[in-house]
Amino acid sequence: MNGPDAFAHSPSLLSADGLVGLVFLVMIAVTLAGAYIAATSERLVRAVAGLVVCFTGVGGIYYFLNSPFVAMMQILIYVGAVCVTISFAIMLAAPEHKKKTGPSNLLSGPLAFMVATLVFGGMAALALRTEWEPFAKTSMGTVRDIGIQLLTVYSMVFELISIILLIAIIGAIVIARGGRN
Amino acid sequence: MPLLVIHQYLPTYLVFGAMLFGFGIYGLITRRTLIGMLIASELMLAGVSVNFMAFNRFLAPDPSVGQIFTLFIMAIAAAEAAIGLSIVVAVYRHYKTVDAEDLVNLKG
Repeated sequence: MNGPDAFAHSPSLLSADGLVGLVFLVMIAVTLAGAYIAATSERLVRAVAGLVVCFTGVGGIYYFLNSPFVAMMQILIYVGAVCVTISFAIMLAAPEHKKKTGPSNLLSGPLAFMVATLVFGGMAALALRTEWEPFAKTSMGTVRDIGIQLLTVYSMVFELISIILLIAIIGAIVIARGGRN
Repeated sequence: MPLLVIHQYLPTYLVFGAMLFGFGIYGLITRRTLIGMLIASELMLAGVSVNFMAFNRFLAPDPSVGQIFTLFIMAIAAAEAAIGLSIVVAVYRHYKTVDAEDLVNLKG
Protein backbone atom coordinates (compact mmCIF):
# COMPACT_ATOMS: atom_id res chain seq x y z
CA MET A 1 0.00 0.00 0.00
CA ASN A 2 1.32 3.41 -0.86
CA GLY A 3 1.25 4.54 2.74
CA PRO A 4 -2.17 6.07 3.41
CA ASP A 5 -0.74 7.26 6.72
CA ALA A 6 1.27 9.87 4.88
CA PHE A 7 -2.02 11.44 3.71
CA ALA A 8 -4.02 10.87 6.88
CA HIS A 9 -4.63 14.61 7.32
CA SER A 10 -7.31 16.09 5.13
CA PRO A 11 -5.86 18.15 2.26
CA SER A 12 -7.27 21.55 1.37
CA LEU A 13 -10.09 21.38 -1.18
CA LEU A 14 -8.21 23.60 -3.62
CA SER A 15 -4.93 21.69 -3.53
CA ALA A 16 -4.19 19.00 -6.10
CA ASP A 17 -4.84 16.19 -3.62
CA GLY A 18 -8.12 17.74 -2.53
CA LEU A 19 -9.32 18.11 -6.11
CA VAL A 20 -8.43 14.49 -6.82
CA GLY A 21 -10.47 13.45 -3.80
CA LEU A 22 -13.39 15.60 -4.96
CA VAL A 23 -13.28 14.07 -8.45
CA PHE A 24 -13.29 10.63 -6.86
CA LEU A 25 -16.36 11.41 -4.74
CA VAL A 26 -18.24 12.85 -7.73
CA MET A 27 -17.32 9.78 -9.78
CA ILE A 28 -18.61 7.42 -7.08
CA ALA A 29 -21.88 9.39 -6.86
CA VAL A 30 -22.36 9.41 -10.65
CA THR A 31 -21.61 5.69 -10.92
CA LEU A 32 -24.06 4.76 -8.18
CA ALA A 33 -26.73 6.99 -9.72
CA GLY A 34 -26.20 5.24 -13.05
CA ALA A 35 -26.42 1.84 -11.38
CA TYR A 36 -29.65 2.88 -9.62
CA ILE A 37 -31.18 3.98 -12.93
CA ALA A 38 -30.02 0.78 -14.63
CA ALA A 39 -31.55 -1.40 -11.93
CA THR A 40 -34.87 0.37 -11.36
CA SER A 41 -35.95 2.56 -14.28
CA GLU A 42 -39.31 1.88 -15.89
CA ARG A 43 -38.11 1.87 -19.46
CA LEU A 44 -35.36 -0.38 -20.75
CA VAL A 45 -33.82 2.33 -22.93
CA ARG A 46 -33.27 4.47 -19.83
CA ALA A 47 -31.82 1.47 -18.04
CA VAL A 48 -29.25 1.10 -20.82
CA ALA A 49 -28.43 4.82 -20.58
CA GLY A 50 -27.91 4.38 -16.85
CA LEU A 51 -25.68 1.40 -17.58
CA VAL A 52 -23.55 3.56 -19.88
CA VAL A 53 -23.13 6.17 -17.13
CA CYS A 54 -22.31 3.47 -14.59
CA PHE A 55 -19.70 1.77 -16.79
CA THR A 56 -18.04 5.09 -17.63
CA GLY A 57 -17.81 5.83 -13.91
CA VAL A 58 -16.34 2.40 -13.21
CA GLY A 59 -13.74 3.17 -15.88
CA GLY A 60 -12.87 6.29 -13.90
CA ILE A 61 -12.55 4.20 -10.74
CA TYR A 62 -10.04 2.01 -12.58
CA TYR A 63 -7.97 5.13 -13.23
CA PHE A 64 -7.79 5.67 -9.49
CA LEU A 65 -6.65 2.05 -9.12
CA ASN A 66 -3.52 2.67 -11.25
CA SER A 67 -4.88 0.85 -14.29
CA PRO A 68 -5.43 3.25 -17.20
CA PHE A 69 -5.26 0.38 -19.70
CA VAL A 70 -8.12 -1.51 -18.08
CA ALA A 71 -10.06 1.76 -17.82
CA MET A 72 -9.73 2.26 -21.58
CA MET A 73 -10.76 -1.35 -22.21
CA GLN A 74 -13.75 -0.87 -19.89
CA ILE A 75 -14.99 2.09 -21.91
CA LEU A 76 -14.21 0.44 -25.27
CA ILE A 77 -15.76 -2.94 -24.51
CA TYR A 78 -18.60 -2.16 -22.11
CA VAL A 79 -19.74 1.28 -23.23
CA GLY A 80 -18.76 0.86 -26.86
CA ALA A 81 -19.78 -2.72 -27.49
CA VAL A 82 -21.95 -4.30 -24.80
CA CYS A 83 -24.28 -1.33 -24.22
CA VAL A 84 -24.69 -0.73 -27.95
CA THR A 85 -25.51 -4.43 -28.43
CA ILE A 86 -28.10 -4.27 -25.64
CA SER A 87 -29.74 -1.20 -27.15
CA PHE A 88 -29.88 -2.98 -30.51
CA ALA A 89 -31.59 -5.91 -28.81
CA ILE A 90 -34.10 -3.54 -27.19
CA MET A 91 -34.89 -2.04 -30.57
CA LEU A 92 -35.23 -5.49 -32.15
CA ALA A 93 -36.95 -7.46 -29.44
CA ALA A 94 -39.06 -5.25 -27.16
CA PRO A 95 -42.46 -4.21 -28.49
CA GLU A 96 -43.45 -0.64 -27.69
CA HIS A 97 -46.29 -1.37 -25.30
CA LYS A 98 -44.19 -3.91 -23.41
CA LYS A 99 -41.11 -1.81 -22.93
CA LYS A 100 -42.26 -0.94 -19.42
CA THR A 101 -40.92 -3.22 -16.77
CA GLY A 102 -41.41 -3.51 -13.08
CA PRO A 103 -41.88 -5.92 -10.24
CA SER A 104 -44.16 -8.75 -11.30
CA ASN A 105 -46.07 -8.77 -8.03
CA LEU A 106 -46.34 -6.65 -4.92
CA LEU A 107 -44.04 -8.78 -2.75
CA SER A 108 -41.10 -9.11 -5.11
CA GLY A 109 -40.04 -5.47 -4.79
CA PRO A 110 -39.55 -5.38 -0.99
CA LEU A 111 -38.18 -8.93 -0.95
CA ALA A 112 -35.63 -8.10 -3.62
CA PHE A 113 -34.69 -4.96 -1.72
CA MET A 114 -34.21 -7.02 1.43
CA VAL A 115 -32.04 -9.62 -0.29
CA ALA A 116 -29.91 -6.97 -1.99
CA THR A 117 -29.50 -5.03 1.26
CA LEU A 118 -28.52 -8.18 3.15
CA VAL A 119 -25.92 -9.15 0.57
CA PHE A 120 -24.55 -5.61 0.43
CA GLY A 121 -24.50 -5.28 4.22
CA GLY A 122 -22.74 -8.60 4.68
CA MET A 123 -20.05 -7.86 2.12
CA ALA A 124 -19.56 -4.29 3.35
CA ALA A 125 -19.23 -5.46 6.97
CA LEU A 126 -16.72 -8.09 5.87
CA ALA A 127 -14.73 -5.50 3.93
CA LEU A 128 -14.68 -3.01 6.80
CA ARG A 129 -13.93 -5.43 9.62
CA THR A 130 -11.13 -7.46 8.04
CA GLU A 131 -7.54 -6.43 8.60
CA TRP A 132 -6.21 -6.52 5.04
CA GLU A 133 -2.49 -7.25 4.84
CA PRO A 134 -0.66 -6.12 1.70
CA PHE A 135 2.19 -8.11 0.20
CA ALA A 136 5.41 -6.57 -1.01
CA LYS A 137 5.08 -5.52 -4.66
CA THR A 138 7.12 -7.54 -7.12
CA SER A 139 6.21 -5.53 -10.21
CA MET A 140 4.55 -2.24 -11.12
CA GLY A 141 1.62 -3.58 -13.13
CA THR A 142 2.33 -1.43 -16.17
CA VAL A 143 0.93 -2.16 -19.62
CA ARG A 144 4.30 -3.70 -20.51
CA ASP A 145 4.01 -6.11 -17.56
CA ILE A 146 0.47 -7.02 -18.59
CA GLY A 147 1.59 -7.73 -22.14
CA ILE A 148 4.51 -9.89 -21.04
CA GLN A 149 2.31 -11.87 -18.64
CA LEU A 150 -0.41 -12.34 -21.26
CA LEU A 151 2.03 -13.82 -23.75
CA THR A 152 4.00 -15.97 -21.30
CA VAL A 153 2.24 -17.15 -18.12
CA TYR A 154 -1.33 -16.68 -19.32
CA SER A 155 -0.83 -17.46 -23.01
CA MET A 156 -3.01 -20.56 -22.81
CA VAL A 157 -5.90 -18.66 -21.25
CA PHE A 158 -5.39 -15.88 -23.78
CA GLU A 159 -5.80 -18.36 -26.65
CA LEU A 160 -8.82 -19.96 -24.98
CA ILE A 161 -10.49 -16.55 -24.61
CA SER A 162 -9.98 -15.94 -28.33
CA ILE A 163 -11.58 -19.28 -29.16
CA ILE A 164 -14.48 -18.61 -26.78
CA LEU A 165 -15.08 -15.24 -28.44
CA LEU A 166 -15.01 -16.85 -31.89
CA ILE A 167 -17.46 -19.54 -30.78
CA ALA A 168 -19.68 -16.88 -29.20
CA ILE A 169 -19.75 -14.84 -32.39
CA ILE A 170 -20.62 -17.84 -34.55
CA GLY A 171 -23.14 -19.10 -32.00
CA ALA A 172 -24.83 -15.71 -31.74
CA ILE A 173 -25.20 -15.52 -35.52
CA VAL A 174 -26.57 -19.07 -35.73
CA ILE A 175 -29.05 -18.61 -32.86
CA ALA A 176 -30.32 -15.21 -33.94
CA ARG A 177 -30.58 -16.31 -37.56
CA GLY A 178 -32.65 -19.41 -36.84
CA GLY A 179 -36.14 -19.40 -38.30
CA ARG A 180 -35.18 -17.47 -41.41
CA ASN A 181 -35.06 -19.03 -44.81
CA MET B 1 -10.62 8.95 7.80
CA PRO B 2 -11.10 12.30 6.03
CA LEU B 3 -13.53 12.23 3.13
CA LEU B 4 -11.14 13.72 0.58
CA VAL B 5 -8.50 11.00 0.88
CA ILE B 6 -11.00 8.17 0.91
CA HIS B 7 -9.70 6.93 -2.46
CA GLN B 8 -6.48 5.73 -0.84
CA TYR B 9 -8.17 3.10 1.28
CA LEU B 10 -9.11 -0.40 0.19
CA PRO B 11 -12.51 -0.70 1.99
CA THR B 12 -13.89 2.23 -0.03
CA TYR B 13 -13.59 0.24 -3.22
CA LEU B 14 -14.84 -2.97 -1.61
CA VAL B 15 -17.99 -1.25 -0.28
CA PHE B 16 -18.49 0.42 -3.65
CA GLY B 17 -18.21 -2.92 -5.46
CA ALA B 18 -20.62 -4.50 -2.98
CA MET B 19 -23.09 -1.68 -3.66
CA LEU B 20 -22.94 -2.26 -7.41
CA PHE B 21 -23.45 -5.97 -6.75
CA GLY B 22 -26.48 -5.18 -4.57
CA PHE B 23 -28.04 -3.03 -7.29
CA GLY B 24 -27.46 -5.93 -9.68
CA ILE B 25 -29.19 -8.41 -7.38
CA TYR B 26 -32.14 -6.06 -6.91
CA GLY B 27 -32.50 -5.60 -10.66
CA LEU B 28 -32.10 -9.31 -11.36
CA ILE B 29 -34.97 -10.19 -9.02
CA THR B 30 -37.40 -7.41 -9.87
CA ARG B 31 -36.98 -7.22 -13.64
CA ARG B 32 -39.56 -9.01 -15.72
CA THR B 33 -37.96 -8.86 -19.13
CA LEU B 34 -34.94 -10.89 -20.16
CA ILE B 35 -33.07 -7.80 -21.35
CA GLY B 36 -33.56 -6.13 -17.97
CA MET B 37 -32.13 -9.19 -16.25
CA LEU B 38 -29.14 -9.11 -18.59
CA ILE B 39 -28.53 -5.44 -17.73
CA ALA B 40 -28.66 -6.29 -14.01
CA SER B 41 -26.19 -9.14 -14.45
CA GLU B 42 -23.80 -6.75 -16.20
CA LEU B 43 -24.03 -4.53 -13.10
CA MET B 44 -23.09 -7.48 -10.90
CA LEU B 45 -20.10 -8.26 -13.13
CA ALA B 46 -18.98 -4.64 -12.85
CA GLY B 47 -19.09 -4.88 -9.05
CA VAL B 48 -17.00 -8.03 -9.09
CA SER B 49 -14.46 -6.45 -11.42
CA VAL B 50 -14.12 -3.43 -9.14
CA ASN B 51 -13.40 -5.82 -6.27
CA PHE B 52 -10.71 -7.62 -8.23
CA MET B 53 -9.07 -4.37 -9.27
CA ALA B 54 -9.11 -3.03 -5.70
CA PHE B 55 -7.43 -6.14 -4.29
CA ASN B 56 -5.01 -6.00 -7.19
CA ARG B 57 -4.04 -2.40 -6.47
CA PHE B 58 -3.71 -2.65 -2.70
CA LEU B 59 -2.81 -6.22 -1.75
CA ALA B 60 -1.51 -8.32 -4.63
CA PRO B 61 2.23 -8.83 -4.97
CA ASP B 62 2.04 -8.62 -8.76
CA PRO B 63 -0.42 -5.86 -9.80
CA SER B 64 -0.69 -7.09 -13.39
CA VAL B 65 -2.49 -10.33 -12.43
CA GLY B 66 -5.72 -8.65 -11.34
CA GLN B 67 -5.75 -6.46 -14.42
CA ILE B 68 -5.41 -9.53 -16.64
CA PHE B 69 -8.22 -11.23 -14.71
CA THR B 70 -10.45 -8.19 -15.20
CA LEU B 71 -9.67 -8.20 -18.92
CA PHE B 72 -10.72 -11.86 -19.04
CA ILE B 73 -13.94 -11.01 -17.21
CA MET B 74 -14.61 -8.33 -19.81
CA ALA B 75 -14.06 -10.75 -22.69
CA ILE B 76 -16.34 -13.37 -21.11
CA ALA B 77 -18.97 -10.71 -20.37
CA ALA B 78 -18.90 -9.58 -23.99
CA ALA B 79 -19.36 -13.17 -25.18
CA GLU B 80 -22.15 -13.67 -22.65
CA ALA B 81 -23.92 -10.51 -23.77
CA ALA B 82 -23.70 -11.51 -27.43
CA ILE B 83 -25.06 -15.02 -26.81
CA GLY B 84 -27.70 -13.83 -24.35
CA LEU B 85 -29.00 -11.12 -26.64
CA SER B 86 -29.13 -13.42 -29.63
CA ILE B 87 -31.18 -15.85 -27.51
CA VAL B 88 -33.45 -12.93 -26.54
CA VAL B 89 -33.95 -12.05 -30.20
CA ALA B 90 -34.67 -15.68 -31.07
CA VAL B 91 -37.12 -15.97 -28.16
CA TYR B 92 -38.86 -12.78 -29.25
CA ARG B 93 -39.20 -14.04 -32.80
CA HIS B 94 -40.75 -17.27 -31.57
CA TYR B 95 -43.00 -16.07 -28.73
CA LYS B 96 -43.47 -12.38 -29.67
CA THR B 97 -42.55 -11.44 -26.07
CA VAL B 98 -39.45 -11.14 -23.91
CA ASP B 99 -41.37 -11.25 -20.64
CA ALA B 100 -39.87 -14.02 -18.51
CA GLU B 101 -43.29 -14.96 -17.12
CA ASP B 102 -44.74 -15.74 -20.53
CA LEU B 103 -42.05 -18.29 -21.36
CA VAL B 104 -43.78 -21.24 -19.67
CA ASN B 105 -43.75 -23.94 -22.34
CA LEU B 106 -41.89 -26.35 -20.08
CA LYS B 107 -44.24 -25.82 -17.13
CA GLY B 108 -45.97 -29.09 -16.15
